[in-house]
Amino acid sequence: MKRTARWIAVLRTPVGAGAGVLLLAVLLLALVAPLLWSHQATAIDTEHLLEGTSAKHWLGTDNLGRDIFYRVLVASRTSILLALIATSIAVVCGLALGCAPTVLGRRGGRLATAVVNIAVAFPGLLLALFFAVVFGVGAKGAVLAIGLAGAPSFARLTQTLVAGIEKRDFVAAARIAGVGRFRMLSRHILPNIAEPLVVNATIGAGGTLLAFAGLSFLGLGVQPPAYDWGRLMGESLNSIYVHPAAALAPGVAVVIAGLAFNLFGEAVAKGFGVPVLKGSRLPQGETAPAAEVDEDAVLVVKDLHVSFPGPVTPVRGISFTIGRSEIVGVVGESGSGKSLTALAVAQLIESPGQVRAAELSFLGAPLLGRAAVRSTAAARRRLLGTSFAMVFQDPMTSLNPTMRVGAQLAEGAREHQGMSRRQAMNRAVDRLRAVRIPLPERRAHQYPHEFSGGMRQRAMIGMGLMGTPALIVADEPTTALDVTVQRQVLELLEQIRTENEVAVLLISHDITVVGQVCDRVLVMYAGRIVEDLPASELYTGARHPYTRALSAAVPDLDTPLDEPLAVISGRPVDPAHYPSGCAFAARCEFATDRCRTEDPALVSHGPAHQVACWNPQGSAAWQARYPGTESIRTGQR
Amino acid sequence: MSELRFDQVSVRFGTGSRAITAVDDVDLVVPSGQVVGLVGESGSGKSTLARAAVGLVEPSYGRILLDGVPLDHRAGKRRPLQMVFQDPYSSLDPRMTVGDTIAEAVPRTAGNRADEVARLLELVGLDAARANAYPGALSGGQRQRVAIARALAGQPDVIIADEITSALDVSVQGTVLNLVRSLQRELKLSMLFISHNLAVVRYVSDLIAVMYLGRIVEFGPADQLLTDPQHDYTRELLAAAPRRGTTSSSPYPSQRTSA
Repeated sequence: MKRTARWIAVLRTPVGAGAGVLLLAVLLLALVAPLLWSHQATAIDTEHLLEGTSAKHWLGTDNLGRDIFYRVLVASRTSILLALIATSIAVVCGLALGCAPTVLGRRGGRLATAVVNIAVAFPGLLLALFFAVVFGVGAKGAVLAIGLAGAPSFARLTQTLVAGIEKRDFVAAARIAGVGRFRMLSRHILPNIAEPLVVNATIGAGGTLLAFAGLSFLGLGVQPPAYDWGRLMGESLNSIYVHPAAALAPGVAVVIAGLAFNLFGEAVAKGFGVPVLKGSRLPQGETAPAAEVDEDAVLVVKDLHVSFPGPVTPVRGISFTIGRSEIVGVVGESGSGKSLTALAVAQLIESPGQVRAAELSFLGAPLLGRAAVRSTAAARRRLLGTSFAMVFQDPMTSLNPTMRVGAQLAEGAREHQGMSRRQAMNRAVDRLRAVRIPLPERRAHQYPHEFSGGMRQRAMIGMGLMGTPALIVADEPTTALDVTVQRQVLELLEQIRTENEVAVLLISHDITVVGQVCDRVLVMYAGRIVEDLPASELYTGARHPYTRALSAAVPDLDTPLDEPLAVISGRPVDPAHYPSGCAFAARCEFATDRCRTEDPALVSHGPAHQVACWNPQGSAAWQARYPGTESIRTGQR
Repeated sequence: MSELRFDQVSVRFGTGSRAITAVDDVDLVVPSGQVVGLVGESGSGKSTLARAAVGLVEPSYGRILLDGVPLDHRAGKRRPLQMVFQDPYSSLDPRMTVGDTIAEAVPRTAGNRADEVARLLELVGLDAARANAYPGALSGGQRQRVAIARALAGQPDVIIADEITSALDVSVQGTVLNLVRSLQRELKLSMLFISHNLAVVRYVSDLIAVMYLGRIVEFGPADQLLTDPQHDYTRELLAAAPRRGTTSSSPYPSQRTSA
């Protein structure tokens, strides 16, 4: 299963492997040391009391002449066992307290939360000392003390994790299905929070080990004749200047064992938090010298590839040009590579993602490849900072919630245009007015949460207008908005285009949105452009079966009610395994053998219209104009 | 199947001057065997109304009646209302197989659970062998089918569908809507179908209710409401809904230039 694979992946990392081996060694030692060496460790040699390092006693002897080296080895079991027991107590108590709100209902839950809140406020060591006094001096008391002292932080962690899971719909769904509280906890909640809890318990065990050593060192922990590392340290402390090895050895043991737990926990946490990527390194981007510069083009993209290690290539060979004040739409299903195209254009693909292109230039300045290296990074940043704007899907997460809206707008202008604070603020207010935010002077001093969704999106667009942008890239700018607000934002984009001569690259999954405002539409499927056509022909003149199916699948207010909706059967292509032929062939009702073996290229079908298909549809006119063209079908099957 | 009636239902959150009325004095009837579509913008209270019906939220005033009897949401009782959620990626437990998820909702009296799960999976157009799959192995559309199967497993009298196609790709949306329609006709389900998309609501609903700022502002037969809208907000919704071939120079002038 996937989870096993993840554990293996964790153990394959250098830290994970090292920590794993170390932890295993420590646990093995704890298991076998008392069996093998307890006799040596307890043998009293009255002739060698308090001796230093010698060939017979590597680390010297204690006040009864017992060999310290063996005592350190044998003490590993007591130390680690007690630390593990204490950790278990902490985890069990923490879990019980943390899950109590789920099981007890509202009033009991509030009480449990209050108890945890108060307990968390006390420092752990203080709690441990307090409990140690309550439970009395000795190993049992120390275990209880340290275990209970560790419980509040676990309880808090559990509470947070549980709260996160409880918000998910499947918990609500189970509740509606009549699932009881305890079953809810055992079937739905605990399995989903187990991993972070296990990781934290492992890290916690390292801390507990240290705390236990501390208590024993102070004489509050293990009592003679039993001994653990802390006790050994305490006993040898008096002679630390005479025989340092005797005092340091147990200390080193504590450090090694603690490290083993902590490192292993950290490695697992890292492995489970971040997906571990493996596979071959991709070749570096190779870029051909730029061809002649198109004066009118704002953005030129030629043969753009975006790839991730795996190897996965979600965008493979896209070319398009955006002219001045042109609105170009990109549509496609999720996973078609449309958003990655936008991010690649904006230079926002982060490692390990890689962007390659024969040409990627903005206002004639190359953004990628050798030529781009020559123009300094700072100049490029200024160019992008002033002439390029990006609008994201979710305006709540793309605005900083702790900064006033006006200040956020002003920030970029001060950075890139060297404006003074007052100038930048005035410009920000002016831009907020330009995107039709009412009372912009007052609104500029508000925080993003005081804005509605539509207004936040306008503010984002206003931020893009702080400079004199030549291109706005809008990635699903209206998806999170209501239809009525969506319309206003689209109108705003159009208006800005006409007033400021800005080109817009509009990414959307919604073909109706794209059809409404764009001049030209690029339809993407499986990382390629399959059709490039004027928006006015989207519903009447589309040739690619995918474009036609996509527009037919969207119900509108004229959809006939007595027939089932048109659907596209099958699933999108997995970007790790593209078929050899046309990527859409498996879902296409017009597919022929050629479609399954040969990949069609994007070719011209009349002015301003390109299609990548062996069997373009609805092409009677096309056939009449260019008689004899092969494999064009007009009929339907 | 039976009739669901909201009788002067209000839901308020918070207390005192900071209280927010999410649902304000709503009267709404879902007649037996019919689909009522509920449209409105986000924050209009559609989902809160749905959550009140299934007992996830307590109404602060009013009653919710099923065939004239107030609903009882106490544990252990049969749940006559079932709900399908918006996000199929969040509404299925990632640690439970599809079969277990559905089986959990099957009443104890329903005989052999495995058979029932297989029957339900077939009903929503999935292979019965999928019962052993984890949600991670399914696409969004398939997950939503599983969620529908789980809702049907409880043998509900009324199903509440809360934005069930909003998180899906358009190519998948069609299959789920077709499924909902055919199931509804086949099983004569009473259904409250919530969506912000008027075109989607129009496609599945017999009656349409328009919700605005917590109130139902218009309620009537679907074709009548769409051809002859009475309330300003309904007209605005209709104007904003995209139609085939609509471009920016649309015949609908924008009514609110600033919000």
